[in-house]
Amino acid sequence: MPEKRENKGMIRGIPHDTIEQSLPILAVFVAILVAVGGIVEIVPTYYLDDGEPKVEGVRPLTPLELEGFAVYRREGCFLCHSQMIRPFRDEKERYGHFSLAAESKYDHNYAWGSKRTGPDVARLGGKYTDAWHIQHMNAPRSVVPESVMPNYHFLNTPLDLSRTKKRMEVLGMMNVPYSADDIANWEADLKAQAGVDDGAGEAGLRARYERTTWTNSSGEVEQWTATFVPTPINVRAFDGNASDVTEMDALIAYLQQLGTQVHFEEGVDYYHDKFGQPYRK
Amino acid sequence: MSAVTEKEEYNYDIVKFCVLTGILMGVLGTLVGTFVASELAYPWLNMDIAEISFGRLRPVHTNVVIFGFGGFLLLGGGFYMVQHSTHARLRFEKLAWAAVILWLVGCLCVVATLPFGMTQSKEYHEAEWWIDIILALAWVCMTITFLGTVAKRKMSHIYVGNWFFMTMLFMVTYIFVFNGMCIPVDMTFSYSAYAGVHDAMTQWWWGHNAVGFFLTAGFIGIMYYFVPKHANRPIYSYRLSVLHFWSLTFLYVWVGAHHLHYTAIPDWTLSLGAGMSIALIFPSWGGMINGMMTMSGAWDKLRTDPVMRFMVVALAFYGMSTFEGPLMGAKSVNALSHYTDWTVGHVHSGALGWNAMIAIGAMYHMITRMWNTEMYSDKLVNMHFWVHLTGAILYITAMWGSGVLQGLMWRAFDSYGNLVYTFADSVAAMHPFYALRAFGGFLVFCGLCIMLYNTLKTISAVKAGSNVALGAAAKA
Repeated sequence: MPEKRENKGMIRGIPHDTIEQSLPILAVFVAILVAVGGIVEIVPTYYLDDGEPKVEGVRPLTPLELEGFAVYRREGCFLCHSQMIRPFRDEKERYGHFSLAAESKYDHNYAWGSKRTGPDVARLGGKYTDAWHIQHMNAPRSVVPESVMPNYHFLNTPLDLSRTKKRMEVLGMMNVPYSADDIANWEADLKAQAGVDDGAGEAGLRARYERTTWTNSSGEVEQWTATFVPTPINVRAFDGNASDVTEMDALIAYLQQLGTQVHFEEGVDYYHDKFGQPYRK
Repeated sequence: MSAVTEKEEYNYDIVKFCVLTGILMGVLGTLVGTFVASELAYPWLNMDIAEISFGRLRPVHTNVVIFGFGGFLLLGGGFYMVQHSTHARLRFEKLAWAAVILWLVGCLCVVATLPFGMTQSKEYHEAEWWIDIILALAWVCMTITFLGTVAKRKMSHIYVGNWFFMTMLFMVTYIFVFNGMCIPVDMTFSYSAYAGVHDAMTQWWWGHNAVGFFLTAGFIGIMYYFVPKHANRPIYSYRLSVLHFWSLTFLYVWVGAHHLHYTAIPDWTLSLGAGMSIALIFPSWGGMINGMMTMSGAWDKLRTDPVMRFMVVALAFYGMSTFEGPLMGAKSVNALSHYTDWTVGHVHSGALGWNAMIAIGAMYHMITRMWNTEMYSDKLVNMHFWVHLTGAILYITAMWGSGVLQGLMWRAFDSYGNLVYTFADSVAAMHPFYALRAFGGFLVFCGLCIMLYNTLKTISAVKAGSNVALGAAAKA
């Protein structure tokens, strides 16, 4: 054991000798000191407005999209694809408007990612056709020869519906504004969106997910302006087959709505709003 | 001889178990790492099997190397250090064994669930909620054992290595618990208690402090015991250790925000994170300098002792990657480096250079002391050193090259103001780097296989009584 140097006593007026001879004192100091940074940086995000520009149009995912998000998470898509566009010129050219905090406010868990082995997908919705996505999932290199993405044709399996309702209930507990009606109609809505019910449930689905009043379980109401028309829900057989609901249906339904909910307007400065100033119209 | 009686007093069984498990975890983790790296270079290796596709297997690699290899080094090295630096036998030995067994069970559950897509999707915290509980229980058992042993130390002062270790134990408890908050849907799925911005902030508060405390404070603690012990020199500066201990403890916590530069997080948080990241070079280099300068008067050992080489090169990598970290934490550099392989390169210069090499050095040190024997082959230790170092350097330089190239290709505009490259162009440009990276990782894996073989041969020689007792070769 290398001998520690003899009693140094005070260091710049601090009785360090006392601290390091007492386990309780050392432990308490350490326990307090390591907590400071996290508290200062994280707690204010719950109380300050400056992270969240007020935009309309961000809604919870439909049951089918929610299942798609679960597939996205299960396959680890977020490890190679980010969902967070930064406010740079090249990212605007390549991916579109930079991402706003509000756009992921219902994302449990967040899916911003940290690495772009593949391109960002924050605004993928509507960029490619369903047919492109199906081909790209089944055999990525048949449409993008340079791609290093695995083949995902194993997603052509029936979607497991045993957790959908529970997922919505759990998210509802955490203030994602699913109403009792939304949760009760999960199965009808899911099948309607995947186009396997011959259009029977489409009106109900649209009424529920194209609404403009959202109330969460804490009773907080988000009311969009009367003139705001929410982005229409995509309703079709996403995997090209209207006979059953597959994981491919769910995943493509999820991808096709990414980044389409907020309607960005010319001349509106969403950036400075980020710093707490009201944006200009 | 007092050394012999000391060895009889200490609990070495648990340390031996941890060291051997750690080496096995290292072999497994680098094998999986080499495979996933190869998948990126040659995507046909995904073989259309869901369970081994990159997205599912990559977290198996990260979890096994961090919590398997790193975790068992911390358990084993920590239990070894705390006994030696307090001159006391491990307290609550059953609890210590509970910690080790639960940790092993937790790690094996991670390996068994992630390939089937059970993931919380939070990087380095992928294990589902019930596995989190197993790991958390192990951590609590470890903490009680450690603090209990420090409490019955046979000297008045608590050794500096134990300060760092304690910081790790506390902080990892905080971040693991808060980041792991979730509501389960069932055994295979849970939703984080936080969403969007809050989830991102909490995740990177965890993500960076898993690096800052699990892989830095804990390993610095290990360094503070094993480097002076192996070099047989006292720590260079007591005052520096005090200074960099408190500053590291305070500063590291703030810097997680630099993983989110230019995102939808409030700008003041990011600037704070960037500023603190730059300041962090001082406590980091304090540790590096203190470790390096401990070698003064013992530099000649580098010529003859490959274990010493592992430790010194580990410190050099620590200094290098803690210079690189603040650089990448600065906003303007991060604008280029974020989302690219540069991040991966940076992580691995820390992981392969600093963590793995100090861990391997400490493990060789412990093996020879605990079994009271020379290694079966010093040549193989030396070979391990060079194979590992070559692998690490190939890996890191490949990722630097690909990372900077990616960043530059993405932002390149031609004279008409159009983007020069498609994203696919940048993916194609990565291929040679990805192939080189996979080869570098393979060398690291080979090095650990050499270590496993050497260790098993050493132990079997001890069992057969044909070994050379520690120090006997030098005297002869």
